[in-house]
Amino acid sequence: MQINTPFFKQRASEALHDENLQKALGNLKAGFPEKRAIAVSRMPEFDDLRDQARDLKNHIIEHLDLYLEQFESKVTENGGHVHWARTSDDANKIILDICKQVNAKTVTKGKSMVSEETGLNDYLEKNGIQPVETDLGEYILQLREDHPSHIIAPAIHLNLEDVSEAFHKNHNRPKSDDPAVLMQEAREVLREKFVAADVGITGANFCVAETGSTIIITNEGNGDLTQTLPKTHIVITSIEKVVPTLEDMTLFQRLLARSATGQEFTVYNTLSSGPRREGDQDGPENFHVVLVDNGRSEMVGSEFQDMLRCIRCSACMNHCPVYGAVGGHSYGWVYPGPMGSVLTPKMIGIEKGGMLPNASTFCGKCESVCPVRIPLPKLMRHWRQDEFSKHLQPKAARYGLAGWAFLAKRPALYKTYTRMASWFMKRWAGKKGRIEKMPLAGGWTDWRDMPAPQGKTFMQAWKEQQKNGGSH
Amino acid sequence: MSREEILNNIRRGVKRNTADETARQTVLNRLSAKADNLIPARAQLPQQEQVELFIEMANEAAAEIIELDSISEVPGASATWLRDRGIFELVTSSTAKVDTLDWSPLAEKDIQRSQRVARAGDFASLTDSFAGIAETGTLMLHSSPQSPTTLNFLPDNHLVILSRSAIVGVYEEAWKKIRAQFGATLPRTVNMITGPSRSADIEQRLQMGAHGPKTLVIFLIND
Repeated sequence: MQINTPFFKQRASEALHDENLQKALGNLKAGFPEKRAIAVSRMPEFDDLRDQARDLKNHIIEHLDLYLEQFESKVTENGGHVHWARTSDDANKIILDICKQVNAKTVTKGKSMVSEETGLNDYLEKNGIQPVETDLGEYILQLREDHPSHIIAPAIHLNLEDVSEAFHKNHNRPKSDDPAVLMQEAREVLREKFVAADVGITGANFCVAETGSTIIITNEGNGDLTQTLPKTHIVITSIEKVVPTLEDMTLFQRLLARSATGQEFTVYNTLSSGPRREGDQDGPENFHVVLVDNGRSEMVGSEFQDMLRCIRCSACMNHCPVYGAVGGHSYGWVYPGPMGSVLTPKMIGIEKGGMLPNASTFCGKCESVCPVRIPLPKLMRHWRQDEFSKHLQPKAARYGLAGWAFLAKRPALYKTYTRMASWFMKRWAGKKGRIEKMPLAGGWTDWRDMPAPQGKTFMQAWKEQQKNGGSH
Repeated sequence: MSREEILNNIRRGVKRNTADETARQTVLNRLSAKADNLIPARAQLPQQEQVELFIEMANEAAAEIIELDSISEVPGASATWLRDRGIFELVTSSTAKVDTLDWSPLAEKDIQRSQRVARAGDFASLTDSFAGIAETGTLMLHSSPQSPTTLNFLPDNHLVILSRSAIVGVYEEAWKKIRAQFGATLPRTVNMITGPSRSADIEQRLQMGAHGPKTLVIFLIND
């Protein structure tokens, strides 16, 4: 996928003026956060589950090599194959090789963000294999030559009219604006693809070391048809998805649906443990798991290790005011929202991804809803520090920060300056008490008035309060 | 080699080498203990109340529940259900539980039964299930030579037999039940199914019947 991350500012500004996008994003704000809140209120132990999930993930990361080895040996024992991919290129090549071995012409795909990360579809197409996305959202995007803007609701940036148009163009049927009719259309068209495919590729939400199983968690059932009907099932997933036992997987299952869509449980939670067994009448004859690294192993032991706990639920972006305003495409690569702002610089480099950790107000909502309690604002702050120390920010930002630091380290000067500044701003605002325009403040005043400072500075007020007995 | 590079990176990150026995032992202990994590109170109930919770949660997930006094009533109930919807074919699994039933009520209503894998275009399938999980109204099914997985996903309507006695409170109990029957090697696939297929990918508006069955009927057997 093309990297557009350096153009975040421009893309965000375009997004804010895109009426259709703003309408579509309205559906998100009204949907997921409210549903999650209801699901959480019905599970009194939710916060305790989050604590356990955080601790278990930390335990897994501390022993990741050992759990991966165990997972590999169980998959092999079940008759499957595990492949290790250091990079996106490695992963794509491994998958192409498997497809070639079985003379595959068409491939069906369940939803997989890791495959977006590696750019698998483009790669297969360039090599003469046609991948067909089967998740309804992903299918719509493929018809439109578009990319997901959200990790679990990939087509959230589109409106009904867009879908209706895309189907009309591609399906040779009368145009409809009824979502039920459109879904039935996709169901019928894709049914033929499911049956005809030589290879089915899915992701995995978790990999169970105890049993050598991968699990997909979906509502549509497309992933199940993708992995059951073709002769070969390839799972593309990443190394941090391993969990020790079925009981451990269940801890995350209880958190995932509630955090993501606000459902009590997702419709299909399906475990795959190898190829078909003796006497089985259906199911794949070959079972492959491709474990993708793509920079993750280097996060172990680094200041970004906590990010490896992520279970890709999307709660952080569903609750993020920045994501809600600009949508996923503004972020310019595969993973949007707060989790993307931490992960993307790791995967494409801080030089290209530096805008993202700055696209946050640090309101902390993301951390407060994260099912595995990832300190997302703290991790974004690490990236800002990294960017600063590598001299990657624009000059204005660097000089601005340096100027502020100079003042902040000199309390007397700071006090004098703030007193003067608030005196000046009060005068500038005049009788109305609101500033309509001021030098260097256009970023604020172009959109709304700035209230002039009222009364004393914080430091003055503090001092007086301390003198008067220090009560609150 | 990718494998060694990845594993070595991880070991460098956790400051440990392969020979660390303590770490290995910790992992082996966790894998063999298969200990429960926190189990929510919701489904920790007497069995009768677990059954009630199962019914409530399965209904919430839009499954249709038909209570029957005995498993012998399944063919008749299936015939009525299918006939009411103008369906004249039923593909069933061939597990002992399904196979030993008297299926003549289907023929009486001109409904044809076949036992095979599902094909695109099938209207209805019938299988039995391994367990019901009360906490979310979830069915657990698994693959076997007698119960092909396609039956659970391809047909438009999926009818499932579930005995009241097979209902457990929480997922953890179902895992223990699976291990008791299959030991260390799971069946090729284990399906947890909670209601019929759905999608909200168009404007976040929920539509039932995306790619899997549009209807999930549970014949709940009083045994």
